Amino acid sequence: MGTIIKDYSYTPAKIKRGYSGKSLYINLSDLRIEQKEITEFMKEKFTGGKGFDLWYLWHAVTPETRWDSPENEIVMSVGPLGGITQYAGTGKTLLCSISPLTDIPIDSNVGGYFGPLLKFSGWDAFELQGKSEKEILIFIDGNNGRIQIEEAEEYPEDTHLLAEELTKKYAENEDDMVNVSVVCSGSGAKHSYMGMLNFSFYDPRRKVCRFKQAARGGLGTILHDKKVKALVVKYRGVKPNLNDAADISTINKVGVKYHKEVHDLDHKQNKMRQIGTANTIMIMSQYDLLPTRNFQTGGDPEAVKISPEVFINEWLTQGLHDGCWYGCTMSCAKCADHFLITTGPYAGQRVTVDGPEYECAAGLGANLGVFDPQAILEENFYCDTYGIDLISFATCTAFIMECYQRGQITREQMGGLDLRFGNSQAVLELMHQISRGEGFGRIAGLGIRKLKKIFVEEFGADPKLLQDIGMEVKGLEYSEYAHKESLAQQGGFAMATKGPQHDEAWLIFMDMVNKQIPTFEDKANALYYFPMFRTWFGLVGLCKLPWNDLVPADNYKTDSPAKVPEHVQNYVDIFNAVTGKHIDKEELILQSERVYQFQRVFSVRMGKGERKDDYPPYRSLGPVSREEYLSRQELYDKQLRELQKLDPETMDLDEKIAATRRYREDQYEQLMDAVYRRRGWTENGIPTPERLKAIGMDLPELLEVIEPKL
Amino acid sequence: MIKVNTEDYPWHPGMTVRNLLDEKQFTFRHIIVRVNGEFVSEEDYDKWLIQDGDDVLVLHLMAGG
Repeated sequence: MGTIIKDYSYTPAKIKRGYSGKSLYINLSDLRIEQKEITEFMKEKFTGGKGFDLWYLWHAVTPETRWDSPENEIVMSVGPLGGITQYAGTGKTLLCSISPLTDIPIDSNVGGYFGPLLKFSGWDAFELQGKSEKEILIFIDGNNGRIQIEEAEEYPEDTHLLAEELTKKYAENEDDMVNVSVVCSGSGAKHSYMGMLNFSFYDPRRKVCRFKQAARGGLGTILHDKKVKALVVKYRGVKPNLNDAADISTINKVGVKYHKEVHDLDHKQNKMRQIGTANTIMIMSQYDLLPTRNFQTGGDPEAVKISPEVFINEWLTQGLHDGCWYGCTMSCAKCADHFLITTGPYAGQRVTVDGPEYECAAGLGANLGVFDPQAILEENFYCDTYGIDLISFATCTAFIMECYQRGQITREQMGGLDLRFGNSQAVLELMHQISRGEGFGRIAGLGIRKLKKIFVEEFGADPKLLQDIGMEVKGLEYSEYAHKESLAQQGGFAMATKGPQHDEAWLIFMDMVNKQIPTFEDKANALYYFPMFRTWFGLVGLCKLPWNDLVPADNYKTDSPAKVPEHVQNYVDIFNAVTGKHIDKEELILQSERVYQFQRVFSVRMGKGERKDDYPPYRSLGPVSREEYLSRQELYDKQLRELQKLDPETMDLDEKIAATRRYREDQYEQLMDAVYRRRGWTENGIPTPERLKAIGMDLPELLEVIEPKL
Repeated sequence: MIKVNTEDYPWHPGMTVRNLLDEKQFTFRHIIVRVNGEFVSEEDYDKWLIQDGDDVLVLHLMAGG
């Protein structure tokens, strides 16, 4: 055990109607620990979760703050519904910080037990500010009202070892291990800007720590920079009504109804209980949406080698409960048990691999040209234990591979790594190099935006080509959906506040296949409603998946099946039942919009969040290369004829590519105009004072930021 | 000619809903089919004959992410 350098006692606040009313503040520079009140103003304007995080972060930083400034904070909050056990997906924690990849607020959501146990320990939110001189860990004992800061240099770095050791250390016995949750990163976070945070939950059947990831935007890098090796919470006594709900019978009733849907329908719909989110791999490939070889194409005949059936039949343990919080019957946190590692420091060991989720199989698989399930699982394990965001790693590595294969960088410049598409051994070696901070791994984890600069300035690469094929916006790497044929999704990614992550909007089927949103105004309405609705999950502590990865049997009879109206009503009912308030589905959207617009203004304050920051790389919009055009020549030629009234027979290939590009870039400009109008923004993407006033967010500090931009 | 999700698509005599789904490679299991606004249940896909000029909606209930 390391030396305890701070010991703090507190009286755990009693939760009332979903809120403890207290937040925890720890300053690592001077070891200050304070309690703050959660005010009625905060609840009214920000609801909880990401709203609380952003409010605290706003007051912690200045426009000059960068990710490694001492004043930057990691803030986390679980929201007022977080921790209920009667519905599926109720244990989500939201985290915010200033990102090393984007220099603006990042938000990332995560399952696992830490957030709910933190709340039951008396804390609605947790701010971590400053920098420690020595590596430390923070232990929160929620039953006894005690916080200890302990020197932690002797503990292992990588997640699967560290979490197991700390879980054993703080549990009194094996039965007590489910009451401990650890937040930590890994050795990869030290040498990259894409370090992520693992949140543990102990699996008593497998007798291992399992993990969910707050992956996006470099939160693990920030935790490492603050010299925090781990956060640990322990709370014994989880039971159904710790949230002091105003109407527990409604929560029970809505929960039972939902669980019956899972029982009756999941095996007919998405099979979340068998394979989790990776159920969509083949569908994505068949519909031209599976990003393949750096988003060049949307699928590959080899995708069948990484189909859901392959993972279900050969790799993933079936029949065990895999919920990442109590009461989640969707149970989608699948894993491969006793998996034999073949490379790196853990070669020869058998481990539990959490995943693969869809993003993993698509990103570390198809997008790298890797169609080998065993390799994907090993990449999955190392990303997790090294604390590397696999989405950023996958998209960034796909970019590196294409640069290499197009002759923009050489094997020598990569320290001898043969990073051609499909070479999973080279991909794994790159991960190990990032973990060790050696060779090409010293720069490969800095993210696409910084790599573009290095490749151009130091390796002589073509800046225009790299701009076209580097799949990032605002500095964040795209998540794993090909979307060239969905204008709405192009906007959903590039106009997303934090960067191109799909958790704001996923409109591809509505737009590209169903043709439900044909006009710019239709698309703009979708790019208003869905980001606002999806934001709400992050305010209250819920997971998005139970909303629409399972739908009621009669959902098709509704006017707007894509919104899953019955499930939206479930959320309204649960919110009211926990908090005792009386919102409706319109008020739900208003709660979200307040935080959504606040985050946009926050980005403006930090120097991004304007029109110039919402442009995608052309690879997002259309075919960059001749090969891409030729791969779907029939479609593109048809579009030239029908949309532009051009005759492709009279054009050479380069002329056709150029005409397609002009058209698609113009379409995107028109989409931006429509979306900005719908969201109440100026033509430059700035929220207007009128819009802020209409939603009750015309706060002086926000007006001060936007007025010079009007 | 018929409309499929608002776009023109060639019709042929004897075309069933199943034929159309196969031709369009609509392989996603969780879909809703309406012909001229009328819901077609999955058990009728093989026998429901699409007529020339029909307006077919094939709604994929995939909301992703």
